Amino acid sequence: MHLHKYERIWLLFGTGSLVVFLLIIGFGAFYKGAQPPSEKITIDPQNVEAQESFKKENLGLTKVEDGKYIVNVVASAFNYDLGKDEDGSNVKKLRIPKGSTVLFQVTSKDVVHGFELAGTNVNMMVEPGYISSYETELNETGEYTLVCNEYCGTGHHLMFAEVEVYE
Amino acid sequence: MSDQEEQRTWSLSKQEKRLSMSFMYVTFISLLIGGLMGLLQTLVRSGTFSLPWGIGYYQILTVHGVILGLVLTTYFIIGFQYTLMNKTVGMSHKQRQTAWLGFWVMVVGTIMASITILLGKASVLYTFYAPLKAHPAFYIGLALVIIGSWIACFVNFRQLQVWKKQHKGEKSPLLAFMVVINMLLWFIATLGVAAAVLVQFIPWSLGYAETINILISRTLFWYFGHPLVYFWLLPAYMAWYAIIPKIIGGKIFSDSLARLSFVLFLMFSIPVGFHHQLTEPGIDPVWKFVQVTLTFMVIVPSLMTAFSMFATFETTGRKKGFGGLFGWFKHLPWKDVRFLAPMIGMLAFIPGGTGGIINASNQLNQVVHNTIWVTGHFHLTVATTVILTFFGLSYWLIPALTGRKLTSKINKLGIIQTVIWTVGMTIMSGSMHIEGLLGAPRRSSYSTYGGTEQASDWIGYQIAQAVGGTILFVGILLMVYIFIQLVFFAPKGEEDFPIAEEEPDAEPTPRFLENWKLWIGLTIGLILIAYAIPFMDIIQNSPPGSPPFDWPIGNS
Repeated sequence: MHLHKYERIWLLFGTGSLVVFLLIIGFGAFYKGAQPPSEKITIDPQNVEAQESFKKENLGLTKVEDGKYIVNVVASAFNYDLGKDEDGSNVKKLRIPKGSTVLFQVTSKDVVHGFELAGTNVNMMVEPGYISSYETELNETGEYTLVCNEYCGTGHHLMFAEVEVYE
Repeated sequence: MSDQEEQRTWSLSKQEKRLSMSFMYVTFISLLIGGLMGLLQTLVRSGTFSLPWGIGYYQILTVHGVILGLVLTTYFIIGFQYTLMNKTVGMSHKQRQTAWLGFWVMVVGTIMASITILLGKASVLYTFYAPLKAHPAFYIGLALVIIGSWIACFVNFRQLQVWKKQHKGEKSPLLAFMVVINMLLWFIATLGVAAAVLVQFIPWSLGYAETINILISRTLFWYFGHPLVYFWLLPAYMAWYAIIPKIIGGKIFSDSLARLSFVLFLMFSIPVGFHHQLTEPGIDPVWKFVQVTLTFMVIVPSLMTAFSMFATFETTGRKKGFGGLFGWFKHLPWKDVRFLAPMIGMLAFIPGGTGGIINASNQLNQVVHNTIWVTGHFHLTVATTVILTFFGLSYWLIPALTGRKLTSKINKLGIIQTVIWTVGMTIMSGSMHIEGLLGAPRRSSYSTYGGTEQASDWIGYQIAQAVGGTILFVGILLMVYIFIQLVFFAPKGEEDFPIAEEEPDAEPTPRFLENWKLWIGLTIGLILIAYAIPFMDIIQNSPPGSPPFDWPIGNS
């Protein structure tokens, strides 16, 4: 098939840029480990407490060691269950020191939800039957809004919490 | 007589015109209803307006998505494609009857789904993610729309087949070839969503199945969800490749190149659905990456199209004697709305396509996934590139179908409409992109999120979206007015049906481009590579299924 000379150059340049771009993404994904959240761990959505991480007492923020934290969350319409504080009321805000490595583990016990810590790369789909997890370093102080970014019903926009990263 | 001369003499019969016009009526009614819903959404999200009479935000969001995303586009495309087929290869009496059957099946489905949504029984948005459970009539309605559209597919396939039999050894008319590619793409893609709806959703919503496998339903949905956007885009490409050159007084840049790019779209637009599922669990990251790579392949035919378009513009301008580096550009027929509207559509595809590359990238997706950036992206691609091209087509297509003339007054109104649309969309889509980068979610009603600082930063952009949305609604009212003028009031006469021709000395198109078995085979092969193993993996590793949930959407 005949291709014009300039068109050949254009396509070569375009396809070449694509290859370079894909190599960068592939390098990031397979060498640097920057993979999307893809834990293939299943769970019974009607009995999430059967899994150690999602027992009532293990929800919310847990310190594993210095500078290392785990946050376990059960999402449901229209709430993120972050456990209870000492007074027995629901936690709506987490406080985490700057520079911590935090592993977020989330599951849903009803419908599909989103889990996005606005302004960071923590952004996952939460689906009944699966555990979504993502580990990140929180290096900037500030107050971050945790929002449900996948439609989960008529109270969807009322589903949120807060994470404060302090000095 | 060569096939090109034949194209020019083939005129549309009264019955054929009526068939295509019925699709156009549904299109423009949808535009008005869907557009009004869009306006209301932007107003609600600005925080200054609440919906009366207990109407829910997510109810109108569902209407907006279903009516504009699925109904308007499908009807316009099928109606437009019938005229292209009838003009280039003709339509028999039997084919026309079958086409009408398809139309009515679609209409019944559309009405069923619409009533269910209006009664508040299906506020599940156009993605209807399980396990949110809508009323069964919603799923059955959607299934009928798809089945009706399949009838259109088979009519189009048959039209080309009959023509080929009568013209042994000739190459098929370019536009007929393109229509058949687009319908093949649609048919193969909708098999996925039809399987989900027929096998999973309908029995489950009727209570015959207790649970549903969420990940399978989502995978089948997105197997369809990405080709869907190419089903919208390809008719615009048909216009750019084969109609716009005629309007500017030029020739088709290259028949073979146009066919090759359509074949590449067929092959690379289907096996790519996982890039919509990058941030979800249950799918192996290696397969996500494989599909990201395949996704990037659709950029190649887009680059080819961009080159062809500008090559046509330049060649035509220079032939008319406009020299200098950009002299030809200045002398394009900017005052002809049939050119201006699609041209702005093309220009919008430059940032639109770039945003698409960002969305489909493995890690960048995590920054923008489900933020309002995505909404901004498809308002730039579908609601600008595709819709402005469809508007541009309407200015000659509707008069050609109704036997009227496009007057210079309507042409002027059309130019104003195009400018309004461009301004409105720039404001709305621009502020959506920025707000999304700041982390604001899509698909959410107005919320201050407990008054956090981040959420208060978002409100300003939402007010800007309401301003853009209002301007766009003015554009919709004007477009509907123009449609009514073109249908009922414009002076009677014959309007051109512009189909461009090849250069007289063009190189012959290679025959392998029309080897349907080869292209369909390769497409199926690629789908198997991209989906077979991960799909088995999803089934083998599946969690207990999900029971239906109707209360979160107010359907209990």
